[in-house]
Amino acid sequence: MNYFPDEVIEHIFDFIASHKDRNSISLVSKSWHKIERCSRKKVFIGNCYAINPERLIERFPSLRSLTLKGKPHFADFNLVPHEWGGFVHPWIDALAKARVGLEELRLKRMVVSDESLELLSRSFASFKSLVLVSCEGFTTDGLASIAANCRHLRELDLQENEIEDHRGQWLNCFPETSTALTSLNFSCLKGETNLAALERLVARSPNLESLKVNRAVPLDALTRLMSCAPQLVDLGVGSYENEPDQESFVKLMDAIKKCTELRSLSGFSEVAPLCLTAFYPICENLTSLNLSYAAEIQGNHLVRFIQFCKRLQRLWILDSIGDKGLEVVASTCKELQELRVFPSDLHDEEDNDTAVTEIGLVAISAGCPKLHSILYFCKQMTNAALITVAKNCPNFIRFRLCILEPNKPDHTTSQSLDEGFGAIVQACKGLRRLSVSGLLTDKVFLYIGMYAEQLEMLSIAFAGDTDKGMLYVLNGCKKMRKLEIRDSPFGNAALLADVDKYRTMRSLWMSSCEVTLGGCKRLARNAPWLNVEIINENENNDLMERNEEDEREKVDRLYLYRTVVGARKDAPPCVTIL
Amino acid sequence: MENVGVCDEFVNLKATELRLGLPGTEDGCEEEKQKVSCIKSNKRALPEPEKNNESKTETASPPKAQIVGWPPVRSYRKNNIQTKKNESEGQGMYVKVSMDGAPYLRKIDLTVYKQYPELMKSLENMFKFSVGEYFEREGYKGSEFVPTYEDKDGDWMLVGDVPWEMFVSSCKRLRIMKGSEVKGLGCGV
Repeated sequence: MNYFPDEVIEHIFDFIASHKDRNSISLVSKSWHKIERCSRKKVFIGNCYAINPERLIERFPSLRSLTLKGKPHFADFNLVPHEWGGFVHPWIDALAKARVGLEELRLKRMVVSDESLELLSRSFASFKSLVLVSCEGFTTDGLASIAANCRHLRELDLQENEIEDHRGQWLNCFPETSTALTSLNFSCLKGETNLAALERLVARSPNLESLKVNRAVPLDALTRLMSCAPQLVDLGVGSYENEPDQESFVKLMDAIKKCTELRSLSGFSEVAPLCLTAFYPICENLTSLNLSYAAEIQGNHLVRFIQFCKRLQRLWILDSIGDKGLEVVASTCKELQELRVFPSDLHDEEDNDTAVTEIGLVAISAGCPKLHSILYFCKQMTNAALITVAKNCPNFIRFRLCILEPNKPDHTTSQSLDEGFGAIVQACKGLRRLSVSGLLTDKVFLYIGMYAEQLEMLSIAFAGDTDKGMLYVLNGCKKMRKLEIRDSPFGNAALLADVDKYRTMRSLWMSSCEVTLGGCKRLARNAPWLNVEIINENENNDLMERNEEDEREKVDRLYLYRTVVGARKDAPPCVTIL
Repeated sequence: MENVGVCDEFVNLKATELRLGLPGTEDGCEEEKQKVSCIKSNKRALPEPEKNNESKTETASPPKAQIVGWPPVRSYRKNNIQTKKNESEGQGMYVKVSMDGAPYLRKIDLTVYKQYPELMKSLENMFKFSVGEYFEREGYKGSEFVPTYEDKDGDWMLVGDVPWEMFVSSCKRLRIMKGSEVKGLGCGV
């Protein structure tokens, strides 16, 4: 029963932003379902194939902001063929036809074409914000349409996309009347940038808070940009060819000093160490620092800079910082919440004594009481270290540890790392995301199933002994949403044990495991509400017509996900949907 | 790693072994253990090329086959770090050359030279000066001009001290210093 008029309830719902909460609200009653869906402005769709645009529009007629994710996570690591899918065009097309008042579109791992961007730019008069993360398929021509046609554009944020750069004049396409920009990030563009156009654009955008340029923007241009945008909060620096001369350096430092609002710094993709020192005047204000692309800056220079960044909450860095560097971070950055340490040597070419080890991880856990998210690439680990980390930091929400060599045991005891990860899941009661690595047996999964009650996403590689491992996880982790497994000996028994479990999950990925074609077919038969996709780049798509013997053939890559709209029609030949 | 594990098991047995030899002269396991601890203590921010050789015997494994999608680093990130390495090792290694007092800089390709004398000759021709003779201890004698270069660490070094290949791979730019500044580098003038 509603004791308030609908408008009042709707007003109350306005205060609830989280889509998870809104989903819960809509389950309370028919009336609440209707009020909620008619008033919802922001929709998050974690798998673009779980639903189609027509049903989305039907349910949420007031849609203003849409977030869509396409390819599975392992696509980031080249495990998914390029043509797999995740096309945004049908979505933009449907939204345009239905005259939805779209204002914001955020895409991750989707295929975007110039035509899509052109259509987007012409179809939504109030369009304000475009965020593309790890997308591909478009060129700077598409960006030109957005710049030219989206009169009210406030945010254009391009993160780590593969964009074909036609070295055109897309920056020139922002009309002179466009003054509303608050955020512009084109750091992933590889080509030249029209510096004059960029400077004019920045100069006429008084609300610009976030600016991230690409490598083509040299030092003196950066100085001019910062001089006309002292209000910047978030800056992504381009590149510097060589050491600046004294005069340029002084000018840069003067410009930086004026940016008293600057809190976040990134970029530095080709930077002589001296250039980092130009930012000393404001480094005490920084809350976020991303130097993970700064391969040219040696560890000692990094450390010298970071030791003044006392307010840092987020740090992304390369392992060239070393354990000693991390000890400095631990003693300086008491506000640190998120740390990511990336490998600088990706092909194990150098015997890198400067990489990080368990020592750095323990130091960070001891020194940073607010740490809740970590991504750590290292060459070695020990159970003792992980147990200590768990004791020091029971507040982890995200814990991702990647030991570079698969199956590597505890380097001091030669044992598996089951106990170490076990300690992590037992201590960190709020853990939502976990990536495990190193030598691991079924036991670690027993621990995960037993203790990781809030776990939503688990990434497994080269781990486990038998189906029991996967079963522990599927049976134990009630909140599991995304499970991705590669190169582990889990097979049909684990896959088929509890088909209904997949109703509660967004998706399951298994590659180079022991599941067979027969097992997958059986699953598909028992769960028509699942799309069971087999990805096989070597053969053509005649998997369905193979005879009985081939049922025992192992499946190279399996991706399954719940959906309300059945098998998708845009799958390429290398994908078979059972 | 497995070697260390095996050693751990056998260390106690070894202690009871009757051996001829002074205490502390054990080879095999002890050495490896020491190497392991060496590696740990050498993990500083600055790379130490000499120590690399020591650790090679401990951590080196047979050349690893490239596993698809491993380590789990986004392709975008992999490509961007790679590009940097390739750019510096690609066609030609062009570095800027400045000369004190000259109105503008020049650029030369270090890879076209095979040794220092060739490079010096080319620089001398380009800027119409003479560089004097190089001595290991005293540096350059007989000229007020001294060739210097900036290395990867951002330090200014005297050209000629390190082997040619090392110079080419670490040289970021060249500067021909002149006059009073030059004294500190031991020009012997």
